[in-house]
Amino acid sequence: MPKNLIVIGAGMASGRMLEHLFETQPGVWNVTLFNAEPRGNYNRLMLSPVLAGDKTYAEIVTHDANWYESHGVTCRFGEKVLRIDREAQVVVGENGAVPYDRIVIATGSNPFMIPLPGHDLDGVIPYRDLDDTETMMSLGARPGARAIVIGGGLLGLEAAAGMKAQGVDVTVIHVMGHLMERQLDEAAGYLLKKSLEEKDINVLTSANSQEILGTDGRVSGLRLDDGTELPCDLLVMAVGIRPNVALAQEAGLAVGRGIHVDDAMITSDANILALGECVEHQGAVFGLVAPLYDQAKVAAETLGGRPAAFTPKEVATKLKVTGCDLFSAGDFAEGEGREDIVFRDPARGVYKRLVLEGSRLIGAVMYGDTGDGTWFHGLIKDHSDVSDMRDTLIFGPAFQGGAPSDPLAAVAALPGDAEICGCNGICKSTIVDAINGGATTLSDVRAQTKASASCGTCTGLVEQVMALTLGDGFEVQTVKPMCPCTPLTHMDVRRLIKSRALKSMAAVMQECGWTTSCGCASCRPALNYYLLCDWPGEYQDDDQSRFVNERMHSNIQKDGTYSVVPRMWGGITTPDELRAIADAADKYAVQTVKVTGGQRIDLLGVRKQDLPDIWADLNAAGMVSGQAYAKGLRTVKTCVGSDHCRFGTQDSTGLGIRMEKALWGAWTPAKVKMAVSGCPRNCAESTCKDVGVICVDSGYVLHIGGAAGLHIQGTEVMCTVRTEDEVLEYTAAVVQLYREEAAYLERMYKWMDNVGLDHIVERVVTDADSRRALADRFYYAQKFMQQDPWAERTKPAYRALYAPLADLTLEAAE
Amino acid sequence: MTDWTDIGALEDIPERGARIIKTHIGCIAIFRTAENEVFAIDDACPHKGGPLSEGIVHGRSVTCPLHNMVLRLDTGLAQGADSGAVNTYATRIESGRILLDTAQLRRERVA
Repeated sequence: MPKNLIVIGAGMASGRMLEHLFETQPGVWNVTLFNAEPRGNYNRLMLSPVLAGDKTYAEIVTHDANWYESHGVTCRFGEKVLRIDREAQVVVGENGAVPYDRIVIATGSNPFMIPLPGHDLDGVIPYRDLDDTETMMSLGARPGARAIVIGGGLLGLEAAAGMKAQGVDVTVIHVMGHLMERQLDEAAGYLLKKSLEEKDINVLTSANSQEILGTDGRVSGLRLDDGTELPCDLLVMAVGIRPNVALAQEAGLAVGRGIHVDDAMITSDANILALGECVEHQGAVFGLVAPLYDQAKVAAETLGGRPAAFTPKEVATKLKVTGCDLFSAGDFAEGEGREDIVFRDPARGVYKRLVLEGSRLIGAVMYGDTGDGTWFHGLIKDHSDVSDMRDTLIFGPAFQGGAPSDPLAAVAALPGDAEICGCNGICKSTIVDAINGGATTLSDVRAQTKASASCGTCTGLVEQVMALTLGDGFEVQTVKPMCPCTPLTHMDVRRLIKSRALKSMAAVMQECGWTTSCGCASCRPALNYYLLCDWPGEYQDDDQSRFVNERMHSNIQKDGTYSVVPRMWGGITTPDELRAIADAADKYAVQTVKVTGGQRIDLLGVRKQDLPDIWADLNAAGMVSGQAYAKGLRTVKTCVGSDHCRFGTQDSTGLGIRMEKALWGAWTPAKVKMAVSGCPRNCAESTCKDVGVICVDSGYVLHIGGAAGLHIQGTEVMCTVRTEDEVLEYTAAVVQLYREEAAYLERMYKWMDNVGLDHIVERVVTDADSRRALADRFYYAQKFMQQDPWAERTKPAYRALYAPLADLTLEAAE
Repeated sequence: MTDWTDIGALEDIPERGARIIKTHIGCIAIFRTAENEVFAIDDACPHKGGPLSEGIVHGRSVTCPLHNMVLRLDTGLAQGADSGAVNTYATRIESGRILLDTAQLRRERVA
């Protein structure tokens, strides 16, 4: 007499389990299969190829009507199970009850829908089953159709690529900083984004959805929290799944995130098993298919009364999007005793990272060339000893004993029309032509092409082009690399950021072949500055890549307290401001009040948690941050000028205030100090500042490149101008040139030593078009930079960061 | 014996950043790495007591903001040519919450 087995849910896991069951225990079970979808088992993993038009539904059906019939399965498709009655031992469906000896629950998971306003509009769908797939496919029939996918994980990207293949205009909205953040690190996420964009799929990362917009009950677009509105005809939410536990919960089974099962896949009721995406095993839930197949086998054995145990294994992820080749497996966090092996080939867009622990490979992330993925996955799963292959491991099984990666690869990968010399607009092919025409030294190349003949910052790149073209016949001068993460110099990296339009830190690290996964404390602040300077309004400032003073917007002192310096425009203050400063000093028990050399007041010894409050108080009195901590404009020191002084020739204080108002907030490679003196007696000490103005009867003498710190250097005269407006334009232009050309942490005098005063005069004084373009670029960037950091950080979202995460002083003392 | 105490949510700490918690034995810095791991170490550099929670986090290391000593977050040991160490404290993450083993703090007091 066969026993009654009821299977609830016809997914991939239960289909596989039935196969095992009929194979190992034929004739033992009388099976009833319930499925809420009006169809049987099909390969859900293959929905993406169906959507993309690569496969049809018929091709992905795993079990057809014949199969069910030949195994005597009673199919109740399209019928929902209402409840499990454990006392009467029956399963109650919409069309009546069925008695059972055993039940297998395989209810799978539900897509999670973010409860945004408008999530219940028509045309807002998840991506879960064939119906959703068909809805997306039908959109392709409409010319000019637009779709938005919320969620840049595996499923969301497959939905996006599938719809794109149907001719739909697709935008992916992802809340995290890079795509597939659970499976990929930042570098691989960057490459993935790049290849999706090459397929004309728009990708917005770090994007927060705010509201789904609709007209007449149908979706019409999406609004982000920054106000951007994106129109669409269909919105697919693919943000994750939740185990479907409702039925089990209602039957009184033990349920956590999923239905609790033991190693034999048995729930808290010995007659009821569960498997697939609906279960929770040792605290883990499942979304990928490999472990589900293992569970199916174990469940079939358990039903047959044979001992079997499910053990979770390392799972590998592959994305099924044509042309986006990625692979990730195992654990790729950095750690003590763990070593990274990173290989990047910018020319082919390849990134590979292996994580080793001792003699074992424990994780792998690959993009662009994933052919060896299975091999690496095998090494991870089998805990193989890889110490013998250590040196050549990353090249895969076919390449044991090969050459190390080429440091010139990044330059070799540049196309012929890539600009190498920005000053003179010389591209790579021009230099190569000159070399092939007989130029064998750097000065030949300079003479013939003008490349690296102006500011010289591209010299390193020109030399690398020469090394590549001349081969062994050319020896590159030894230059100091930016940091141990890269063989390139600061200037090489700056040029590549511009010529290859690299707009994120991950992009720079990939395209320039960084040897570490996320840089170090010396390259990260530099890259953050370069990107901020070169892509104003596009690159998002990264607080975590800034030194503490710039991140906290205060100067850290040796005891861990901070100093607070409000801006005093041109060194001018008022009784009201002084009162507010005195009140703040009292209220926050400031240890020391000091007048600085830059003509303002420093409040020293403020505790971190008081910073937002003292800033709010000073803001309320009309003062803003003096940015006394910034690699940016510090102060414009002035004398009293023609207002009061019997020698003053011009309004030096007024001009100083105008300059400070125009230039504050700009980030620069190193600090910038300025001064305006009302006459050649130079009381404001203009001749030891980065930019100094000395007023004379006929106008203004502009000085640059002075310093009076570690290094003492008088300024050089750049030019003389007639009006205040000209002072502002010339100053903005020279600061912008410095911003664009200097290495990070290089003061203006040092940059001037490197490029020469002639170059600066040429770009800022002689060539009026160049000057105006520089000033325009400066003021454009200022639109994004001139925000008072105090006002920003006294908002609640930031405030929390200044307070302790928790206070356990009482707790632990108990 | 361990005593896991909830000290906050993972997302309360910026990625590649840190927050501090106050305890009777001093401030402890709680770090979050780019890979979303959490580590707890004393918030005082063995060199001159600099607040490590304000340093730049790279990989599983932090660079002290005062004089650039680099310390491992998982072992508390100084890297490179420097020597020195800070105490580390056991943490784990459960459903997005950070748990700290406070039994260790009590032992520190007894010791």
